Amino acid sequence: MFGKKRVAIVGAGVTLFRRNLKETGKELSYHAAKMALEQAGMELRDIQSVVMGTAPDAFDGVHMKGEYLADGAGAYHKPYTRVFVGGGTGVFAPLAGWWHVASGQFDTCLVVCEEKMSSCYPHPQYAFTTIFDPVLERPIGMNLIWIFALEMNRYMHKHNIKKEDIALVSVKNKRNALDNPIAQLAANITVEDVLNSEVMAWPVQRLDVSPTSDGAAAAVLVSEDVAKEVTDNPIWIDGVGWCIDSTQWTNRDLYYPDYVEYAARMAYKMAGIKNPPKEIDVAEPYDPFDYKELHHMEGLLLCKKGEAPKLTREGVTQRDGDLPTCPSGGLLGCGNPIAAAGMMKVCEIFWQLRGEAGKRQVPGDLRTGVAQAWGDLMQYGSVIVLRR
Amino acid sequence: MSAKIKHFPGEPIETREFREGKVLTESFKPKAKYAWSAGIAVSRFLEELKNGRIIASTCSKCKRIMVPPRIYCEKCFKPTDGWTYVKDTGVINTFSVSFLAADATRLKEPIVVAIIDLDGASENMGIVHRIEEYGDWKEIKIGMRVKAVWKPPEERVGAITDIKYFKPVKE
Ligand SMILES: [Zn+2]
Repeated sequence: MFGKKRVAIVGAGVTLFRRNLKETGKELSYHAAKMALEQAGMELRDIQSVVMGTAPDAFDGVHMKGEYLADGAGAYHKPYTRVFVGGGTGVFAPLAGWWHVASGQFDTCLVVCEEKMSSCYPHPQYAFTTIFDPVLERPIGMNLIWIFALEMNRYMHKHNIKKEDIALVSVKNKRNALDNPIAQLAANITVEDVLNSEVMAWPVQRLDVSPTSDGAAAAVLVSEDVAKEVTDNPIWIDGVGWCIDSTQWTNRDLYYPDYVEYAARMAYKMAGIKNPPKEIDVAEPYDPFDYKELHHMEGLLLCKKGEAPKLTREGVTQRDGDLPTCPSGGLLGCGNPIAAAGMMKVCEIFWQLRGEAGKRQVPGDLRTGVAQAWGDLMQYGSVIVLRR
Repeated sequence: MSAKIKHFPGEPIETREFREGKVLTESFKPKAKYAWSAGIAVSRFLEELKNGRIIASTCSKCKRIMVPPRIYCEKCFKPTDGWTYVKDTGVINTFSVSFLAADATRLKEPIVVAIIDLDGASENMGIVHRIEEYGDWKEIKIGMRVKAVWKPPEERVGAITDIKYFKPVKE
C-alpha cells in the first residue's frame, strides 16, 4: 500500500478548448470545477481541499496567478495549493491531489487546471523566451519551437525515423478529435498535408504542432470511504510518478526522455505493473507535437526505444488497435491549454475506464489506463495510472 | 466529453474581435527590465571567451568535463574541483532550421541553431549556438564537424556572442 488511503476519481469536467474564449481564467476554472462536482454528485461544501494547476504567470500577465484563480476553482476559505511544473502540470496537479488524500489529511480534493494563452499577444510564444538561461541561451535568440525541433531531429537521427511515420500521429489524433465535442483542431488530414504544411523550424512543420488555446479541466478526488458513498463506479489512482532532469538541456542526449521513464517506473511499481504494453489498455501520452507522442510511448515503456513509429504505422495505436493512444484526440486535435490539456488527458482516461467516452469509446474490457505529461525545459515527466 | 455531459461551457471569440475592439478588453505592456549576474562559474567562462578560449569545469569523482562550467557537479553533488580548456571545434549533435524569430514572426532567411558537442568535453555536453556559412541548409547533417567563428578580440565583451557562430569545416 502506497499512502495511507486509496484514492479514487469520482467526477471530471472540461470546458471547450479554443484559441480564444471570452471567459476569464477564473470563469473557465469555475465551469470545469462545477462540472466535475456535478458529475461526482457532490457540492463544494463536500470538498476539503483544492489543488490548482496552471502554467506560467507570463501567459495571463497576472502574477500570483494561483491566488488570482483560487475563488473560481472553489478554494474560497479552503486549504489551497497551486502547483506548476511547466507542461507537466496537467498530470502533476492530480498527483498533488492524490497526496492530499492519500496522506490521510483530507477525504476530498478538487483538482482544477486552467490555461488562458490568448491574453498574451501578438503570440504567447514570446512569453516562452523567458524560460531560457538568461546569460548563455537568450542572447542566441532562442525560440521555443527550436528546442522541439532539435529534439525531434535527434530522435529521427538516432532511430532513422521518417517524417512520414511521425506525421501519422498528427493524422490519427486530429481524426480522433472529430469525436470530441471540446476539440479545437479536429480534422481529417493526410500525411501529405502534414508534409506539405509550412516549415516552422525544420523538421517541425505547422501540422506537427498543437495550437495555443484557452480552456480548463477538473476532477474530484476522494478517499475510498467517500468513494463508496458517492459512486458505484470509482476509478482508482493506482500509480503516481514524477521526475525532473536539469535545466541544462544541451547536456543530455535528447533522443530519449529518461526522466519520463523514471516517472513511469515509479508509477508502475506502485500499480504493480510489470509488463506495461500488456497490462495497459489505453494511454494518453503527452502530444504537444506529433513526435512527442512517440517519444513518450517509449519513455512510458509501452514499446522499445525507436519502436513507436512502427506500432503507429501498423495501426496498433488506433482507437481499435491493441494499444490505443490519445483516443481523446490529444493536444494535436483538442488543443493545448497547457495545464488543462494534461488534465483533460486524465479526464479522458477516467471516462474511458468508466465506459462513458461515447463515440470515442475504446472497445473491449478496459481495466488500466495511463496518462502522462511533460514539460519545463525538456526535463519533466509526470505519470498517473488509473484503474477500474 | 463524457457521454453523460450534454453541454460544454465556453464562448469562442475570434482574434480579430479582440483587435477590432468588438469585445471589451483592457491591455497592459510590462516595462520591467532585468540584469543578471553571470555567477561564479559562468563569469569565468565568459572571461575566457574574451580570450578566445572555451573553459570547462571538471569533477574528479565522475570524471566529467562540463560545458557550460558549473561550481558543483549535479550528479555527485559536490564542488567541481578543476578547470580545463576544451577546443572550439566539435560536431553537430542536432540542429534546426528556423523560419521563426523569437517572437514567432516569420523570417525570410532561416536561422540555423544547433547543439554542438565540443572536442575535449564529455559526451553529451553540448552548447547551443548558431550555425552560419553552411551553403544550402538541406546539406546540414547531424555529425557534421564545425568550428567557432570568433569576433575580433577588440570587439569581445565577455558574452556567449563573442563566438559569432559556428561554421562547417572539412575534416
Ligand atoms: Zn561528478
